[in-house]
Amino acid sequence: MRLLAAVFACFAVAATAEEVTTYQLDNGMDVVVIEDHRAPVVVHMLWYRAGSADEPVGSSGVAHFLEHLLFKGTDTVESGEFQRVVAENGGSDNAFTSFDYTGYFQRIAADRLPLMMQYEADRMTNLVLTEEDIVTERGVILEERNQRTENSPGALAREQMRAAQYLNHRYGVPIIGWKHEMEELDMEDALSFYDLYYSPNNAILVVAGDVEPAEVLALAEEHYGPIPAEPNLPERIRSQEPPQIAERRLIFEDSRVAQPYLTRSYLAPERDPGAQEEAAALTYLAELLGGSPFTSALGIALQFDSTTAVYSSAYYDGLNLDDGTFGLTVVPAEGVTLQEAEDKMDTAITAFLDAGIDPERMEALRTQLKASEIYARDDVGGLARRYGAALTSGLTVEDVQAWPEILQAVTAEDVLAVAERVLDRDRSVTGWVVPNREVLQ
Amino acid sequence: MIRYIAALWLTLLAATAQAEIDIQEVTSPGGIDAWLVQEESIPFVAIEILIDGGASLDLPGKRGATNLMMALLEEGSGDLGARAFQEAREALAASYGFDAYDDSVSISAVFLSENRDEAVALLRQALTEPRFDQSALDRVRGQVLSIIRGEAQDPNDIAGTAFDKAAFGDHPYGTSINGTAESVTALTRDDMIAAHRNALVKSRVHVGAAGDISAEELGALIDTLLGDLPEDGPPRPDSVDVALDGSTTVIPFDTPQSVALFGHEGIDRDDEDFFAAYLLNEILGGRGVESRLMREVREKRGLTYGIYTHLVPKDLAALYLGQVASANSTIAQAIEVVRDEWAKLAENGVTAEELQQAKTYLTGAYPLRFDGNAEIAGILVGMQRQGLPADYVVNRNAMVEAVTLEEVNRVASELLDPEGLHFVVVGQPEGLENTDQ
Repeated sequence: MRLLAAVFACFAVAATAEEVTTYQLDNGMDVVVIEDHRAPVVVHMLWYRAGSADEPVGSSGVAHFLEHLLFKGTDTVESGEFQRVVAENGGSDNAFTSFDYTGYFQRIAADRLPLMMQYEADRMTNLVLTEEDIVTERGVILEERNQRTENSPGALAREQMRAAQYLNHRYGVPIIGWKHEMEELDMEDALSFYDLYYSPNNAILVVAGDVEPAEVLALAEEHYGPIPAEPNLPERIRSQEPPQIAERRLIFEDSRVAQPYLTRSYLAPERDPGAQEEAAALTYLAELLGGSPFTSALGIALQFDSTTAVYSSAYYDGLNLDDGTFGLTVVPAEGVTLQEAEDKMDTAITAFLDAGIDPERMEALRTQLKASEIYARDDVGGLARRYGAALTSGLTVEDVQAWPEILQAVTAEDVLAVAERVLDRDRSVTGWVVPNREVLQ
Repeated sequence: MIRYIAALWLTLLAATAQAEIDIQEVTSPGGIDAWLVQEESIPFVAIEILIDGGASLDLPGKRGATNLMMALLEEGSGDLGARAFQEAREALAASYGFDAYDDSVSISAVFLSENRDEAVALLRQALTEPRFDQSALDRVRGQVLSIIRGEAQDPNDIAGTAFDKAAFGDHPYGTSINGTAESVTALTRDDMIAAHRNALVKSRVHVGAAGDISAEELGALIDTLLGDLPEDGPPRPDSVDVALDGSTTVIPFDTPQSVALFGHEGIDRDDEDFFAAYLLNEILGGRGVESRLMREVREKRGLTYGIYTHLVPKDLAALYLGQVASANSTIAQAIEVVRDEWAKLAENGVTAEELQQAKTYLTGAYPLRFDGNAEIAGILVGMQRQGLPADYVVNRNAMVEAVTLEEVNRVASELLDPEGLHFVVVGQPEGLENTDQ
């Protein structure tokens, strides 16, 4: 065991302090412990640096399919047994898959942590699947796609937007998979992904709650320590986007659309290790342009100074391994065409860039971000997710802990500079989502 | 002065976790009751307020008024218009939530210790001096109309609307609290004032609080917030019988996956068999992958991503509801499995092992619910609304443990009505007949 760092994180942000300790096991597994002794509860999370963007070409959805299959049996554990044991101990559990990670978690009485580790470590390496598991669970994920995507015109439109935004990067392929590829997923697809990526040197253990770091480390050594590292773990090199040199536009037509709307996305930089300043400025930009409908530039221009829209918002999430997106959505008011709404939106963006940023607005956002750190301490599971998502997206513990201060240091000039770079129509995709073409007349 | 009734050290013991939940029962100087869990380690407080009545108090022809009124509380009050009000709130980094439900309206607030007085003063203004400016009314009306249009095209909402109509007819439960395009379009500022007068009344208030605040401070805070509300409101509607006949309603909608809602009459929250019914539901469809329906429909057959059932005890009627979604080609099969399981359980009951597993889960999971200030405040206010005593948190697990196999199986035969199970299916289901007359 190598003790890499024992960090007591204490932000300069007033009254914020979460106690975080980190280790790395000899087999390369990272361990993060977050202490919160208010209640005798623990959150045990295991994150793999493997998501849908790591899938082989032609097997879209296999990362998520495998996530489902991990609830089947192992050499020594029956199918469904782990979940039953969690429930019998009063706990809850689930799993999630994203572009850059797959994660598993249990929330349970703190003294049940060893049991959780025993089962979680077991299924990292001893999974046993039957053909029946494959066929039945493939039915389940296809119904999941039906429920989340095929039955939702908004979700189908988002899928088309991403596909248009990413010409060359796997972020353009949906996490749940394209339906025609999901239908072909088989045992070999699942197991080859499992064998390569479900390894301690590709995993991050996050334990948060009423625990002592030294005890967690000893338990991690006992349960996860004996699992050998995967020597052939590939570097996470994805094909990147070429420079976008032409604006992209699409019209998505679906008779189930009740309310036409438009959405715009721009390719935007993500939080990078040691370099999170641009992402911090983009976080402000999203709030200033389309955060609160009452105080953001788009909200005021489209919902107060004019009756252009019933809804407007901006979106940015910098937690990705590679370039993410900055997004805008406008739902026009009754009688306003999509073209009129889009023109008003672009006019409002230009006006925002020309007018400069009110120092009071910057200060209000700083105050809110500072307060959000206080509120965040009430949710130790949320803190655990913060570390897991960051560490599977190429960031370090130090980056996570520096982030609140980096946010506090953002200036109006930083925001305008990043806005000029990112809000470029030539590097954007605009989608109109309509029930039929007639509404465009 | 605080009339301080009791501070109970309630130690919650379970097989797997111990949580100490110290509930203080507070009566404000003005006579309003509240429950508090004082937890000072993080400098903020969460307050949850429920006021009985809710959207069921909508006056004839004014469906949607209570819902729209609650949405307007954050849109300006006192000398502050909508934008000025929100700027003031943001400067305090406080958050307020205003919602309407069938039987209640809710006010949720989270604010920092460092500016608590200002945050409370601003919230008080929203509750007692709302402006209901015409511009705000028209803007938010547009948002609600947009939601109503969306619901008309969403298979889940289409199913829910049809199910409520079939179950409750002309009673307020029979229609959406959002109102219709017609009723919402016709609502006026006077309607907002009337809805506000009727829904926010002192005698129907319940308060839960958790976080960095003392009983004395909470008492003063409650009087500031709620002391000037009118004492009482108009009578609530009468109870209503659930009018479901066990038929299947198919609503054609062009979408690949059919959505099914199903159910029949349920059981009241204060019925002495409620715990037995609660355990029964856990086993049938309440507890995720461990439930019978999840095992049969998802794990064995791969027909759905999820199937769940819930006891829905409203104030004026009780339902037992479930939902499942499956491809148009397989929904009929999923429904057949549901009917079979319903009949099997009604006839044969649960096994001792199933009951023990459900009890172990429920008793072990209960202490884990007390997770965070807002969650605790929500539990406290919910308990008061249901008329439960503060020591319920201590006795609740023993009440679960006390339920016998005989009781559960008697309730299974009384509650579960396979013939009366009504289905509303939205989609293009193959091989499914509409039997609704």
